[in-house]
Amino acid sequence: MTSNTPSLGRRRFVQGLALGGAVLGLGFSPRQLLARQGQTGAAELSGTDFHLTLDTASVNLTGRHRPATLVNGSLPAPTLRWREGDTVTLAVTNRLPETSSIHWHGLLLPFQMDGVPGLSFDGIPPGETFTYRFPVKQNGTYWYHSHSGFQEQTGLYGAIIIDPAETQPHPVDRDYVMVLSDWSDESPDQLYATLKKLSHYYNFNERTVFDTLRDFREKGVARTLKDRHMWNTMRMSQSDLADVTGYTYTYLLNGHSPNGNWTGLFKPGERVRLRFINASAMTFFDIRIPGLDMTVVAMDGQPVKPVRFHECRLGVAETLDVIVTPEEKQAFTVFAQSIDRSGFARGTLTPDPALRAEVPAMDPPPLLGHTEMGMGAMAGMGHGAANHGGIGHADMGHGDMNGGDMNGMAHGSTDHGAAPGGHVPLANVPGNPDLAPRANATEHLDSEYGPGVDMRATAPAALLDDPGIGLRERPWKVLTYADLETAGGAPDSSHPDREIVLHLTGNMDRYMWSFNGIKFADAVPLELRHGERARITLVNDTMMTHPIHLHGLWSDLELGDGRLLRKHTITVKPGEKLSYLVRADTPGRWAYHCHLLYHMQAGMFREVRVVEAAAPDHGDPHHGHQHGGHH
Amino acid sequence: MKTKALTPALAVAGLALWSGAHGMDMREPAFSRVIIDELEARDVDEGTLAVWEASAWYGGDIDKLYLSTEGERLMDQGGETESFETRLAWSHAFAPFWDWQLGARRDWQPDDPNRDWASIGVQGVAPYRFETDVNLFIGEDGLTQLRLETEYELLFTQKLILAPALEMNLAGKADDELNTGDGLMNLEAGLRLRYEIRREFAPYIGVNWERQFGDTASRTRVAGGEVEETTLVAGVRLWF
Repeated sequence: MTSNTPSLGRRRFVQGLALGGAVLGLGFSPRQLLARQGQTGAAELSGTDFHLTLDTASVNLTGRHRPATLVNGSLPAPTLRWREGDTVTLAVTNRLPETSSIHWHGLLLPFQMDGVPGLSFDGIPPGETFTYRFPVKQNGTYWYHSHSGFQEQTGLYGAIIIDPAETQPHPVDRDYVMVLSDWSDESPDQLYATLKKLSHYYNFNERTVFDTLRDFREKGVARTLKDRHMWNTMRMSQSDLADVTGYTYTYLLNGHSPNGNWTGLFKPGERVRLRFINASAMTFFDIRIPGLDMTVVAMDGQPVKPVRFHECRLGVAETLDVIVTPEEKQAFTVFAQSIDRSGFARGTLTPDPALRAEVPAMDPPPLLGHTEMGMGAMAGMGHGAANHGGIGHADMGHGDMNGGDMNGMAHGSTDHGAAPGGHVPLANVPGNPDLAPRANATEHLDSEYGPGVDMRATAPAALLDDPGIGLRERPWKVLTYADLETAGGAPDSSHPDREIVLHLTGNMDRYMWSFNGIKFADAVPLELRHGERARITLVNDTMMTHPIHLHGLWSDLELGDGRLLRKHTITVKPGEKLSYLVRADTPGRWAYHCHLLYHMQAGMFREVRVVEAAAPDHGDPHHGHQHGGHH
Repeated sequence: MKTKALTPALAVAGLALWSGAHGMDMREPAFSRVIIDELEARDVDEGTLAVWEASAWYGGDIDKLYLSTEGERLMDQGGETESFETRLAWSHAFAPFWDWQLGARRDWQPDDPNRDWASIGVQGVAPYRFETDVNLFIGEDGLTQLRLETEYELLFTQKLILAPALEMNLAGKADDELNTGDGLMNLEAGLRLRYEIRREFAPYIGVNWERQFGDTASRTRVAGGEVEETTLVAGVRLWF
């Protein structure tokens, strides 16, 4: 185990068993023996009627038998294959000792079918069956997972493939689901408690005395001290890229550990579709296939204009459909390293099961910089060479004062600006502290000055074309949101009726996470009027990357010039400000949250209500006004 | 006298529990942590001194109940407790890196009279990551004490950590019964090198230096005692 090989440290994350993944649970405690025995690899179930059983099982991914929560006994859960236009019926029986649920991630459906206990329904009590039934109104790659407690972390996730009613726009010879996930032998309750007690527990990449001495040598003492000064005064760790790391996680591809080496076959010259799904609880993956270029054809299930690329960072809960065409009779490694380089998931594409490809070494872990601190993006790629003039502008997070802030500084490049159509009023709803008056989107509300918020971005930047930390210096093409655009043009109007601003906030030391400094328990629902087109602007005031997911309604990311990228989950980088448009076309109560499981649990969560009655909104003269059709 | 002093302690405990019950919601359960920061043997002239410093908390993100204890016990010559104090405090986060702490402390004296104090303090992380504790203690008969503690961590590797620590005690008034003076009473500096076998378990070795000052030192000298002591220490730090 890692803890016994300290000198090897973070590079020695548990790579798991060589023989497949989840192994039978024989020889376990009597209670576990009674449980179903888990198996690796998802079966594919297709049709319109399904029966899913949620149960505990013992799985062995690392050499130890550990309890898991599985669907029909498999990890990942069975792949569900539907057809657009059908109505599907899914009877879900809960054999877990606690309430459970299944949420169909990215699907448009009546909110009662969305599977969020407390919002959609009461959850599925132990021993009972809940029957989901809804028409399938879309096609593409999606996924499903539990929305109860931490069951998702212990295996309750699976893929959904929806075939189009018409012909497939990108015909392929082979089609593989690539479910990426993170597995821990620790119980998630213990994991969460550990983060609350000592938030950097899993970070074994802190800077040491020797790093400082090396910096003294390479950069000079004065420069090093100056660089460190800001981090030290802010009490932030420059290596805090992931809350939970390879110290406890084993990263899985289709339920296989790296040593388990999931393998997909192809014949040279075939077009192969890979449907990547990031089903992990906490892990951003940087995916590449050395020797093969990928062409993206869909993201979050929605078709995009094809773009050729070599590497992509996939946020938690996002999906990415790519096509590869391996011409040679050789094997290729699918390599997905975690954002903090503490581990990787891996598989093989090969024309011959006997062939394997080399597994690349992980990159050195990157360090957070000024961009991540929200002090404005550095021009170009050269972090080291960039000027440090912004140092004095950092809000040092004293919390009891805001004198250091540079609120409202109108940075030309960072101010999103309304669409050319004109001014979009900021939502201002009395009684909702999230929608208190703001002078502009980057201004911090009073609620951001408290114990729950340890920093605020002073100059959040437009970073859609930024590959993100650790990927900026790549000699190959890294896919960014700026490269993508929904195929067929903007899927809806690019003129919002009003704008809702939310800041992503947290306190790493206390392990508190929130929107606008307000955690879910203290918040009131955000109300959207049925039919309205709202812009949501997010400002990431933390130094972590957050995948933000709105249930039930599309999030149309604004790329500029009226171009949109239709998504269900939007990754917001540290120091980033971005906007997306939401058509409130389905009434009901929807969950809206950070898809990092422990951030969601900590309170980075809101209820979004789509209501019929016009809510009193003094800041919006256009209420009820709609723009239809394409721009 | 003692009953009177314990009343505020109970009141604080009650307040903390009440606050916990009402400040928490279904989604945010309470957590707890027990930290034995120092559990060590010191090599002193009289033999081996066992020293402990530990605390436990229970609560949510904002409000926590703290119970802490520290003390020294001579292990040789039949064993004698040199000092022993316990403190109960309600802790309330008021800034990103700082908590108020309001509580009560009791010093248990084997021979001399016990002392009870109400405490008000601030605990948190100062810039440059100095873990800092400042407490004002208000005792009976106009006795007051001010205690400043700070600790830093220097990483040689991810697991080999050098932790310098400093503690300073000041008194507002002499305590004739315990033979301590006013003003700066003592300074204590420690340097501990620990190896985290796991994050939760780290044996360490180190050195501890302690010196009395001012009126307190004079009184000790008059009584024939030493006012300065440097000791080697070995111990274990653990938490769960």
